[in-house]
Amino acid sequence: MAFTFKGGIHPFDGKALSKDKPMQEVFPEGEMVYPLSQHIGKPAVPIVKPGERVLMGQKIAEADGFVSAPIYASVSGTIKKIEKRRVLTGDMVESIILDNDGLYEEAERIRVKPIAEMTRGEVINIIREAGVVGMGGAGFPTHVKLSPPNPDKIYYVIANCAECEPYLTSDYRRMIEEPEKLVNGLKIMLALYDHAEGILAVEDNKPDCIRKLKDLTLDEPRITVKELKTKYPQGAERQLIYATTRRAINSSMLPADAGCIVDNVDTICAIYSAVIEGRPLIRRIITVTGDAVRFPRNYVVPCGMSYADLLEEAGGLTKEAAKIISGGPMMGFSLFDLNVPTTKISSALLCLSKDEVAESKPTNCINCGRCVDVCPGRVLPSKLCDMAEHGDMEGFLKYNGLECCECGCCSFVCPAKRQLTQSIKSMRKMALAARKK
Amino acid sequence: MNEKKHVSSNPHIRSKMSTSKIMFFVIIALLPATGFGIWNFGYRAAILIAVSVGSAVLTEFIYEKCMKLPVTIDDLSAVVTGLLLALNLPSTLPWWMAALGAVFAILIVKMLFGGLGQNFMNPALGGRCFLMICFTARMTDFTYDGVSTATPLAIIKDGGQVALLDMIIGRIPGTIGETSTIAILIGAVFLICMGVIDLRIPGTYLISFTVLMGLFSGNGWNIEYLTGQLCGGGLMLGAFFMATDYTTTPITEKGKYVYGLALGIMTFILRHFSSSAEGVSYAIIICNLLVPLIEMVTMPKCFGKGGEA
Repeated sequence: MAFTFKGGIHPFDGKALSKDKPMQEVFPEGEMVYPLSQHIGKPAVPIVKPGERVLMGQKIAEADGFVSAPIYASVSGTIKKIEKRRVLTGDMVESIILDNDGLYEEAERIRVKPIAEMTRGEVINIIREAGVVGMGGAGFPTHVKLSPPNPDKIYYVIANCAECEPYLTSDYRRMIEEPEKLVNGLKIMLALYDHAEGILAVEDNKPDCIRKLKDLTLDEPRITVKELKTKYPQGAERQLIYATTRRAINSSMLPADAGCIVDNVDTICAIYSAVIEGRPLIRRIITVTGDAVRFPRNYVVPCGMSYADLLEEAGGLTKEAAKIISGGPMMGFSLFDLNVPTTKISSALLCLSKDEVAESKPTNCINCGRCVDVCPGRVLPSKLCDMAEHGDMEGFLKYNGLECCECGCCSFVCPAKRQLTQSIKSMRKMALAARKK
Repeated sequence: MNEKKHVSSNPHIRSKMSTSKIMFFVIIALLPATGFGIWNFGYRAAILIAVSVGSAVLTEFIYEKCMKLPVTIDDLSAVVTGLLLALNLPSTLPWWMAALGAVFAILIVKMLFGGLGQNFMNPALGGRCFLMICFTARMTDFTYDGVSTATPLAIIKDGGQVALLDMIIGRIPGTIGETSTIAILIGAVFLICMGVIDLRIPGTYLISFTVLMGLFSGNGWNIEYLTGQLCGGGLMLGAFFMATDYTTTPITEKGKYVYGLALGIMTFILRHFSSSAEGVSYAIIICNLLVPLIEMVTMPKCFGKGGEA
């Protein structure tokens, strides 16, 4: 029986659009933009000056403190300026602007010793130096995640290969084309924790990946491949941990509190590239897809390329796109302007000809309980939404509003088309801000 | 790029299910019982159904127009209320009483409390109980094949014998839509398959009711008696179409079982101890009033804090 959790939904998955096309590298021209804040934590500090020539893979901004990450140039060229630029959330963020000379001249890589000769600290340091952050969307610096207070109490290192978001196929392509990188990356992580077992957690709608990974890990006693039931949000951190280990964590706990470390496919591959090859994180796979895109496919994109150029690379639009989303349709961020840079945490560019949200008008809640049945956090979304809309912070906290993981299942199923996730999300932001004070 | 794009918070996709679709499915599911009722009771049943549905929709429309509210009759919920009310009326009822019941159901029970989703009591049952109190004689006058008779449920309560097969098929006196167990079950299966209702409430309701009847009715585990109790009166219609009304049932998982159990107990008490043979409508509206309390005590524990996952 496949591993899973209670709740969740089965949306149209749309993966057929892009899943069978091999990854393709893109070589952008023109301007590249590197926001200094592409991760959780302090923004990086620029170490280059306008006019300076930099090479591909050269560090252009240094991490500021422990919870931060450096940024590398993903192409070679000349630094044009350092100024505030708009990023996909709509905010203006201090960014380094680089004029791409199209030569892709590579800088010297990070010096690495053979893996067997490195200590724990050295491995984590290289990961930090390479600017690796959680590439699933959160952008939490990976070296911080890999440094739990007590490394001996880490029992599971989980590779999140679920890819439960509809339309996204980048992890799938990675597993099909470069499964060795993933497995070896996981082995590097396992070497850091003596008591840990490795889990490759894959949804059962990817049987070919499961077969490949099982073949590759036949002789790895510490690694198992676990089949998960195909269901959204199977890849959400808390649900994934529960499905694979039966350990349940709440919003105020970290995976490490349950003895787990979770990273997604792309992040683990980035760890591999950093530690074995000394390559900093400068490229990532982005799924460009949706019914309005001419050539849906997975592209290997140098971070800093604009979404507009990336869409151009995919042949542009075949029809009017009502909605353009960075990320998947469930948790992605809708873009109002494509002239924003891709970053380390851009997972997809989704262009939909129909905006289902605009087409559905919110009406009265009929108390059908669908939101309650699908909520993986086991809270009562319709009640929380009422409280959020009435500004009832006390009730919101009492009814465990903070335990919402914003996965969007409730809004998806709501027959009254209420904006449940949106209301709860804004209230959570306020509650969390109040808590910090 | 200067064209305007839509932006909104996640998620960006929505399921195909909508309120009006749910109501539409309920109407479809009620068609077998409706059709059987018309066949069983003749054209008078058809007239009552038409009057009840029409008055319900019209009441909602006029109220919303008068109060300058957006008109919501296209969500079909008023049609469902009108239809359910009609199915709960004897075919001999004067048409104007049906109209009055529908007006009460929509205006007093539903709209005055804020409209769809805000009522604390099932509107159709509210309407029926209003009529029961106002016109008790007409509401309990069951004429079948031209003769005024007792319903099979009343007969078995008094220790009489009934033809069980007729009860299951529905060739018996009763209200328009309640007589045919088969027709109701066909509709219920359809609703379950379409994901509109599930068995949590009706299952608990019917099982707890049967167990109580078996234990305490004094007739023991007499299959004939129990089948008569299950198929007689409004139990099937109530369990699958009115006890499952979203608005007036608990939203919590455990609450649904508690609610089903409460219904079973209440129906048993009313059917066994009260002077009337029937008790489903009152049981449901009484338990409707318990819903906020049930929800309060069945608040789920959330994930990661001891809640089931």
